[in-house]
Amino acid sequence: MSKRVAIIGIGTTGFRATTPDVSYRELTYEAAMKAYLDAGVQPKDIDSFVATSEDFFEGYSIADEYSPDQLGAVLRPIYTVSGDFIHSLASAYMMILSGIGPISVAQGLSKASNMLTLSEMVTFAMDPIYNRPLKESPHAVAGLEMARFLYETGTTREQCAKVVVKNKRNALNNPYAGHSVLIDTDHVLNSEVISYPLTQMDISPHSDGAVVVVLAEEETAKTLCDKPIWIRGIGWCSDTPGLETRNWGQAIYAQMAAEMAYKMAGIRYPRKEINFAEINDEFSYKELQHLEAMRICRKGEAGPLTEIGGTEITGEFPVNPSGGCLGVGNLYELNGGHKVFEVVRQLRGEAGKNQLKNVTTGLAQSWRGIPTTTGTVVILSN
Amino acid sequence: MRRVAIVGAGLTKFYRNTQETPKELAYEATKMALDSCELKLSDIDCVVNGTAPDAFDGVHMKGEYLSDGSGAYRKPYMRHYVGGGTGVLSPIHGWFHVASGMFDTCLVVAEEKMSSAYPHPAGAFLTIFDHTTEQPLYPTLIWIFAIEMNRFMTTHGYKKEDIALVAVKNKKNAMDHPSAQLPAEITVQDVLNSEIMAWPVNRLDISPTSDGAACIVLAAEHVARRITEKPIWIDGVGWALDTAYWTTRDLYYPDYLEVAARQAYKMAGIKEPSKEIHVAEPYDPFTYKELHHIEGLMLAPRGKSVQMLVDGHFNRNGNLPTSPSGGLLGVGNPIAAAGLMKIIELYLQLKGEAGKRQIPGNPTCGVANAWGDLMQVGTVTVLRK
Amino acid sequence: MITDKEVLKTATKLSAEEIQKGKVLSVKWTPNLKYAWDNGPAIGRYLAELKNGKIIGKTCDKCHRIMIPPRMFCELCWVPTGEWVYVKDTGIVNTWVVSYVDWKAGRLDIKGGVRPFTPAVIEIDGASKGMGILHHLNEVDPWKIHRGMKVKAVWKPPEERTGSITDIKYFKPIK
Repeated sequence: MSKRVAIIGIGTTGFRATTPDVSYRELTYEAAMKAYLDAGVQPKDIDSFVATSEDFFEGYSIADEYSPDQLGAVLRPIYTVSGDFIHSLASAYMMILSGIGPISVAQGLSKASNMLTLSEMVTFAMDPIYNRPLKESPHAVAGLEMARFLYETGTTREQCAKVVVKNKRNALNNPYAGHSVLIDTDHVLNSEVISYPLTQMDISPHSDGAVVVVLAEEETAKTLCDKPIWIRGIGWCSDTPGLETRNWGQAIYAQMAAEMAYKMAGIRYPRKEINFAEINDEFSYKELQHLEAMRICRKGEAGPLTEIGGTEITGEFPVNPSGGCLGVGNLYELNGGHKVFEVVRQLRGEAGKNQLKNVTTGLAQSWRGIPTTTGTVVILSN
Repeated sequence: MRRVAIVGAGLTKFYRNTQETPKELAYEATKMALDSCELKLSDIDCVVNGTAPDAFDGVHMKGEYLSDGSGAYRKPYMRHYVGGGTGVLSPIHGWFHVASGMFDTCLVVAEEKMSSAYPHPAGAFLTIFDHTTEQPLYPTLIWIFAIEMNRFMTTHGYKKEDIALVAVKNKKNAMDHPSAQLPAEITVQDVLNSEIMAWPVNRLDISPTSDGAACIVLAAEHVARRITEKPIWIDGVGWALDTAYWTTRDLYYPDYLEVAARQAYKMAGIKEPSKEIHVAEPYDPFTYKELHHIEGLMLAPRGKSVQMLVDGHFNRNGNLPTSPSGGLLGVGNPIAAAGLMKIIELYLQLKGEAGKRQIPGNPTCGVANAWGDLMQVGTVTVLRK
Repeated sequence: MITDKEVLKTATKLSAEEIQKGKVLSVKWTPNLKYAWDNGPAIGRYLAELKNGKIIGKTCDKCHRIMIPPRMFCELCWVPTGEWVYVKDTGIVNTWVVSYVDWKAGRLDIKGGVRPFTPAVIEIDGASKGMGILHHLNEVDPWKIHRGMKVKAVWKPPEERTGSITDIKYFKPIK
């Protein structure tokens, strides 16, 4: 069997701040229906399914129990990965290559609006002995990291603010985005200080939504789909979970995940061989930190590149043309799913007003958020 | 598709309360597993982790918290989660990391520290029920097990005193297992006299809550053959999840397990499981569950497992030994680690290294399963020498 | 090869007493985790009708099941469901339990006269065969419950209903 696997179907509900009219069941069902229709498959044609969830984000233990019905996976091989959507995508990818069957599905969901004490939930992820008793807000961790990153790379707060402005503006033309707005850097810099140098506008607001992606091995992909989007490389990595032992300035997890994906894809010069990227910008500085970690920019270069418009849709290396987390909303475990969705749309030429010209290869990258140092990368080509 | 083998294993003792943190428990099992096949962490390409509800250890995104204790520092690391079925999904998840060709070696780690949950870990199970249609009724897990046991018993006419033999057998088997939390020589009468929890379930019908960790090392064929003379192959994998609407299912038979078992047997080329399987570790969190699973794994015809149990068929010196380890009833139930413990038992039995627990004959093929969620998930792995 | 000796060197046993008496350093944390789950149109209607003292289900036009609780799509046929259908508030007991423990694993004072819990799966009349819901049984001797027993819902008075499954207090046997 060939080693090539492609994405042949994608579906989403779009991403908005609240979704009071539907439960998680209907959200996933809608995304799944669209994805299966797009791929031209029925649930019985699918050989394996992977869902993504974390108990405390869903609000009940063993959230995996509630995964099969809305995917059409009753009494079928399905399990849950507690990680980012791209982890699930990697699992689905590996299952196809292991011979479980030619077609696999990855699903992710966010119902962040249902989480009333979000900050406490994130705090609950911190080390119970060393960190939690300090009762620091999780945003303090981001603030510490931002301060170190700015110091090590010479990046300025203004450059970080530019990321916010760019992404929220890009989101205006994205019908799926939940938090688009037109603002300037002063607005960002003067917004409420949360954990200096992090301000309120540096932080992505959250959104609800669901994404389902259908993958198939080469022959099946070519039979079912006109525009299969090939997975050229995929990588994931976890650095230390300890706050005390991590590298605060650099996103090593992103670096290692990217290297794993580049190696698989045979990419040596990412800036040249990749045309654009949808990466995690949950906090404004993260976009810059991730660009440098993945060797798309040299150390200290991401800020200045953003300042001169190099990462705009019209720039030399568009970053987050969809609006990213800042413009679309922070989707927690689904973030990677949104990134993959947008990269696929671009490569298929279906990105509407934000369509980039002549793109052949895109990169989707995700990070699991505070307090983790876990990241994933996938490289797709048309 | 590449062949994948288990080349090393490690296991901690299982206790109701341990002093170690979850990370430390995971470390102990992982270190032991690496030492058992003389590998270093640098020889490991990727790590997968199985651990059940975060509510027990009391850390959200528990997988992240455990990553360093699982040896995943700066490695590709993923956590899978199917409730109680996790322990046997673990080798499956690890299996396709290697079988896909992406990695040559994989560390599979399972850990649980249930004692962290206060006032009692059982309380955490309230939140597995549907938050709107069921939680307001304050159900507990024991109810649904009792409901299932009730259906199983009434459908086949099984008697409690016969089902109790599972506890007698497993706790006795556990006396030879170094990790065992509750090894004991008990009688059927002891089980029947033990405290009623939720009829028809008595205290001694249930496995305890535990802390513990387990780990296995997987390697692709060309690597496995360099490491060990006795690689144990993962020849069949299967898993299936039934609907979340458990009140619409007839609980007397685990369909999800049969579906998973068929998938695993097909892959392993097994046509008559009751003949071709030499040793089985069916998941036994409750006495009746072992029988429920034996039928679901098609190791006994529906309605006949109890008679076979009474006839001694499933004893260590019987025709088809089940739970020679002592199972969850005897060794303990740190959920994910318990499932992996069963896999490790098969591994040792097939290698001939199970010490006092070794079953006679020369077993070459074994099957283990785990189960969980809302009585929905079946995960099955077939191992061969 | 793992030896018994190696396994025995791992993990340090603690007794409940040692922990309670503070012989081991420990950290306590009570998380404040609150959620407001959007129930969607199907469950939303189910709860609204419960407030009215009615139980409502939904049908699948393909497999013709009448489903309780109602859902927006049939999970077996994987198509959107069709009509809303009121079902009765009577049913038969499919299976049940006599429980001496509560959700925190605390023991009920049975000897002191506390009635054990008797939750059951009740197949609702009017819904498809096998469509059950979880609820409590009461006003019945726990040891006289049997499969197939006919039961009826006992509702809270209208002013006390909030749109919850507990608007039904429990089911009791019908003579």
